Amino acid sequence: MAEAIIESMPLSRQVRTNPAAKNADAAARVAITAVAVFALAIIFLILIFIFKEAKDVFFDAKKRDQVLPTLFMMPANENQAVWTPISKNPKYSLMPMLLGTLKTTLVAMFIAIPISVLAAIYTACFAPRWVREIVKPAIELLAGFPSVVLGFFALIAIAGFMQRLTGADYRLNAIVGGIAVSLTAIPIIFTIAEDALSAVPKAMQEASYGLGATEWETAFYIVLPAAYPGIFAGILLGLGRAFGETLIVLLAAGNALIVSWDFLVPTKTLTATIGAEMGEVVYGDTHYNVLFLIGVFLFVFSVIINSIAEFYVKGRLMKKFSGAA
Amino acid sequence: MPANTMSQPSKTQSGQTERSIRLQTETRTGIAPAADAQKIIEILDLKYFYGNVRALHGISMDVKKNEVVAMIGPSGCGKSTLLKSINRIAEVSTDVHTEGKILLGGENVYDPAMDITELRRRIGMVFQKPNPFPKSIYENIAYGLKIIGGFAKKQVDEIVERSLKQAAIWDEVKDRLDKNALGLSGGQQQRLCIARALATEPEVILMDEPCSALDPISTQKIENLIDELKPKYTIIIVTHNMQQAARVSDRTAFMMLGKLVEFDATSKIFTKPADKLTEDYITGRFG
Repeated sequence: MAEAIIESMPLSRQVRTNPAAKNADAAARVAITAVAVFALAIIFLILIFIFKEAKDVFFDAKKRDQVLPTLFMMPANENQAVWTPISKNPKYSLMPMLLGTLKTTLVAMFIAIPISVLAAIYTACFAPRWVREIVKPAIELLAGFPSVVLGFFALIAIAGFMQRLTGADYRLNAIVGGIAVSLTAIPIIFTIAEDALSAVPKAMQEASYGLGATEWETAFYIVLPAAYPGIFAGILLGLGRAFGETLIVLLAAGNALIVSWDFLVPTKTLTATIGAEMGEVVYGDTHYNVLFLIGVFLFVFSVIINSIAEFYVKGRLMKKFSGAA
Repeated sequence: MPANTMSQPSKTQSGQTERSIRLQTETRTGIAPAADAQKIIEILDLKYFYGNVRALHGISMDVKKNEVVAMIGPSGCGKSTLLKSINRIAEVSTDVHTEGKILLGGENVYDPAMDITELRRRIGMVFQKPNPFPKSIYENIAYGLKIIGGFAKKQVDEIVERSLKQAAIWDEVKDRLDKNALGLSGGQQQRLCIARALATEPEVILMDEPCSALDPISTQKIENLIDELKPKYTIIIVTHNMQQAARVSDRTAFMMLGKLVEFDATSKIFTKPADKLTEDYITGRFG
């Protein structure tokens, strides 16, 4: 009798014989949430750690008096050093490395933006499909290069070539460092810009062709403006990458703390200073705290850049295609 | 082949007034004197291949000036391919190969000497899904003029207004010409796309299932619009909706499996079709 009833019921009405499925669902949800929270927690803990190690610069009266008066000091003359953290009369000016970071980043972006954006336009709008299938992964592969290899390449190959080209007094300088750093920014900007350009609906391009536009007109009047927020996001992320790059500049930019706008003198960046000095600093010393203060600067700056890229720009791109803008 | 229809107006020399006149004459004289003056499009034994797949098996038909021709047939019958072969838009995204001819005002559109951009300017197209540019309403309409180049701001304003009025959408958008066109409803977007096609005064307008993504009221507006445009334009419309074909068209082409089965006056196709296949299709026995 019971069997007959079961048989007469449609399958959709029959009771699950596998009640564990519901528990598994709940367990999976908890596990995945835990992993996400863990990732967030790590970022948050790193943040706390950096701030904690840097805080003495502001909260320890003796260190504060030592550091703050010299923090943004400019050299009185060409030979005065303003970063002398372990001398008897220590100075902690960040100016030479701020300027160094600015110079290498400028050079890197000056090279990376045109190359990567134009390459993205070519790949997304003009290249035949098979070319795109080769070029895109090839450039993305560059992003996976260990930066020490790029730094080494810059140190050996680019430096010599650039010295012959510019006749600079120093082999290693902001230009050489910037060129090498641009190699890390190019794949990031390229791949995000290319995605943004490819995401522009084909229907819009067809509409443009249908009105008699050429490929160039379609690419520059329709596709590029529609993809602009995405390209901008790519540039910002590339900027964050270039700005945070350490090993390449450590190897190829010359590592001299000189306050100068000359792009052809050796240069040390914020990141390279941490990279070079953190291993030898006395734990808990003022010098140690100031290195972490540099870390705080880097952290805040990259958070700002990435936030702009993530929330503002990508949000605008989405709106643009859904019609809310 | 009349030389004047092919001549691209010089972008550097022509003054503003001259440009406007040229545009007019250019679009209105696209009929070869030698050919039957009534036939604006003649398709002669057109075979169409996507790669190795044959999509059209030798289609021959003609479209007369100021007539509305509907193309009906089951999915995959090649009616959209035929439509897109006329302004050669199908070859933008796929690898295609053609045999045969399509004459637009006596000129073969597959002639290697044919300037494709010029051709596409002479043949406006409205797509299945509304596809306005993510720009302002004004810029959408003005885009075709920007491509031609050399118009004064005042002229562009006039043409934008005229096109939007022709497409029966002016009253709905006149106060927000600077707003993003993607903020319009689907039906409004489609009429905007029609206005965009009208702005450059094409000789022929191709519509690829223009109402398939629209609600019945928007559909009715577009159908009324087709009636209003008929005295000035020649329209070829692909549709899945047989009532729509019956309502808007003068002649109807029934296609199946890449072949043109029957092409006759709409009233005849829908009342006394000559072919058994056509009859089965329009009475809903398949398709």
